Amino acid sequence: MILARVLGNIVATQKNPRYVGARVMLCQQITPEGEEMGTSVLALDSVDAGEGDVVLIVQEGWSASTAATKEAGAAIDSAIIGVVDRIDLLESEKAR
Amino acid sequence: MQLARVIGTVVATVKNDSLEGRKLLVVQSLDANLEPQGKPLVALDAIGAGTGELVFWCRGKEASFPFKREDTPTDCTIVAIVDSDEHVTNGRNRHR
Repeated sequence: MILARVLGNIVATQKNPRYVGARVMLCQQITPEGEEMGTSVLALDSVDAGEGDVVLIVQEGWSASTAATKEAGAAIDSAIIGVVDRIDLLESEKAR
Repeated sequence: MQLARVIGTVVATVKNDSLEGRKLLVVQSLDANLEPQGKPLVALDAIGAGTGELVFWCRGKEASFPFKREDTPTDCTIVAIVDSDEHVTNGRNRHR
């Protein structure tokens, strides 16, 4: 799973039928310290995440499909499966 | 999933039988500010997208799910067309 911050969302009317009713969130991957890293990604919401939230994104199809649409086998590769309250790191890790 | 702009089409006469009649498009992935991110890719179209349109694509095994999944060799499939650039909400740009 990756950590990401929710930046906003995307509206698409013409889409794969399995996406109907789902919220497509625009997210930016972050480090555990909250710094932006890597690329921005899209993920379907399964936990009512909102803009500004730090979230957990699963990037595996079966899990993502099941979390976002309650059924496997959809063309979905990423889903938000948790909103992060806090992250505690070892002091030695923070210094790196 | 990744946001992308369709920047071209690919014509391939000799191809896997299950790709017969399918549209191959060149997509350039975009970041949260709709700026190019990474290299262009060839994606299989599952939704009827065309050149110039803002879309998002699904990666990996799940990319074959909109089609006859055991047969269709793709790891990058366009699954939705974003209504317009303005339909990408990015909270970071709200005060620009």
